[in-house]
Amino acid sequence: MATTTAPEPTRRDFIFIATGAVAAVGGALAAWPFIDQMNPSSAVLALSTIEQDISTVQPGQQVVFKYRGHPLFVRRRTPKEIAEAKSVNVADLPDPLARNANLPDDAPATDANRGVHPEYLVLVGVCTHLGCTPTVSTPQVPQGEYGGWLCHCHGSQYDTAGRIRKGPAPQNLAIPPYSFLTPTRIKVG
Amino acid sequence: MSGPSTYVPKSGFARWMDSRLPLARFAHDTMLTFPTPRNLNIWYAFGAILTTMLMIQIVTGIVLAMHYVANADMAFDSVENIMRVINYGWLMRYLHANGASFFFIAVYVHMFRGLYYGSYKTPREVLWILGVILYLLMMATAFFGYVLPWGQMSFWGATVITNFFSALDQITPHWGSAVATWLWGGYAVGDPTLNRFFSLHYLLPFVIAGVVGLHVWALHVPGNNNPLGIDVKGPQDTVPFHPYYTVKDAFYVALFILIYLGFVFYAPNFFGNPDNYTPANPVVTPPDIVPEWYLLPYYAMLRSVPQKLLGVLVMAGSLITLVFVPWLDTSKVRSSRFRPMMKQFFWIFVVDCLILGYCGSQSADAMLLSTSIPLVWVARIGTLFYFAFFWLIMPLLGLIETPKPLPASIAQPVLSPAE
Repeated sequence: MATTTAPEPTRRDFIFIATGAVAAVGGALAAWPFIDQMNPSSAVLALSTIEQDISTVQPGQQVVFKYRGHPLFVRRRTPKEIAEAKSVNVADLPDPLARNANLPDDAPATDANRGVHPEYLVLVGVCTHLGCTPTVSTPQVPQGEYGGWLCHCHGSQYDTAGRIRKGPAPQNLAIPPYSFLTPTRIKVG
Repeated sequence: MSGPSTYVPKSGFARWMDSRLPLARFAHDTMLTFPTPRNLNIWYAFGAILTTMLMIQIVTGIVLAMHYVANADMAFDSVENIMRVINYGWLMRYLHANGASFFFIAVYVHMFRGLYYGSYKTPREVLWILGVILYLLMMATAFFGYVLPWGQMSFWGATVITNFFSALDQITPHWGSAVATWLWGGYAVGDPTLNRFFSLHYLLPFVIAGVVGLHVWALHVPGNNNPLGIDVKGPQDTVPFHPYYTVKDAFYVALFILIYLGFVFYAPNFFGNPDNYTPANPVVTPPDIVPEWYLLPYYAMLRSVPQKLLGVLVMAGSLITLVFVPWLDTSKVRSSRFRPMMKQFFWIFVVDCLILGYCGSQSADAMLLSTSIPLVWVARIGTLFYFAFFWLIMPLLGLIETPKPLPASIAQPVLSPAE
């Protein structure tokens, strides 16, 4: 219906708009509890710190712990693996950022920025592509071309500092917040 | 389409009911006397087959839910308990698991049928789009269901698919990860994830049933398309749905169920993955993770793109594309019987989907058969063709193709002038 004259708003128009506005805001507010109930509960969030003895990890070996439902890689690198990681030019990396929760977000992905201790690499063992657990490379059973890890799901390859080198993964393997309590004991989270 | 109702209540109660809730009239007009083109072939039986499969899945699923425990510590054992201890539990689970595969076999035949005979064209666009929605709902339901046994493939399938959302991080940092965390209810796929997936797996089949109602409603407005793709011109072109198509559908439903039961009883794990009989382990990914067979073509498209966000977008785009099919096809002729070029491209497209499925089933670094050609390149060509078929070939063919002459009507002794 096309009307040419705009009639004066009546009290009924006012009530109609006010009621509609309250219903819309109320509906939006009522939706939030139904959405937020799916977020991690405080009980889940509380399980976020672990302490781990790493004295048994031998050079060239990786040990996997469980941290926040994910695998946590603790790899003790050999001098050769450290040298390989140091020799890489950061500018050539697909992801030039350290992705180290202990450092500022814009820290470059140098080998030194990828760990607290040069020998121990502590990483969240979750491929940054779609979340599979990458397989560690050893001299006996190499995985991929870079001596680090290969994710079998979609073929992402990481180097000996856990940095993405090839494949669909967009980021370096994440480094969780952690510190050495003693030379052989770490606290993660 | 069905015209004025021909229902005549036969008893006093029927008359009383008819003036209060005309349920019998509705059933009579939509399922018994509904005028249906007289030339529907076997490929038109798959609607009835799909309805049957949905009912089988709901009934067996309700039974399984009576014995299943949606808890990360108990889910795997409860499924084994169903298999070994519960009376006929093995039968219910094998019917349900194979039912999912046969549901998808039927839906793929149904979709390719629609593509071949141009069933998506005006005035059936909404009917087609409701079908695409049903297909997406089926995939979501199947995914949630596959997670429930909490085997290795369940766990890692859930991890990979929910991580699709983390690709949104590349648009807005942290936003995609927040969505993934919200879906998980934790830092990773775990007990809260399993519980909500169970809830949704129980819900979605009833949503599917509701959308099927809309799908059938949208079908009954213009009536069925048919293998000739021409409109019904009068009563001489149709037969009543009952008994002609009730019997024809029932025959093919029985045949389909026979094959389905053959797998249930003689090869119940044919479509399954042995890794899913290993309990979920959050720190070890199986060396070769593959989705269920019905998702393999999409998985191949995902992997064919060496960039996370683009890969996810290509995969999502391949599904969204289906929505636009009614407008991408510019031809005036519906049925591929009268479209010599479309007929050929259709079959190339079918083969392309099968090739993509094969690529998706192989490991990420596999080679083509015994050659040294990386299979990922085959998948790339296949993905390109998939998109080209819809966005290039379909619109162009309508302009350059000369269709064969159409028969005057369905009833006329057909095809005499054409072939």
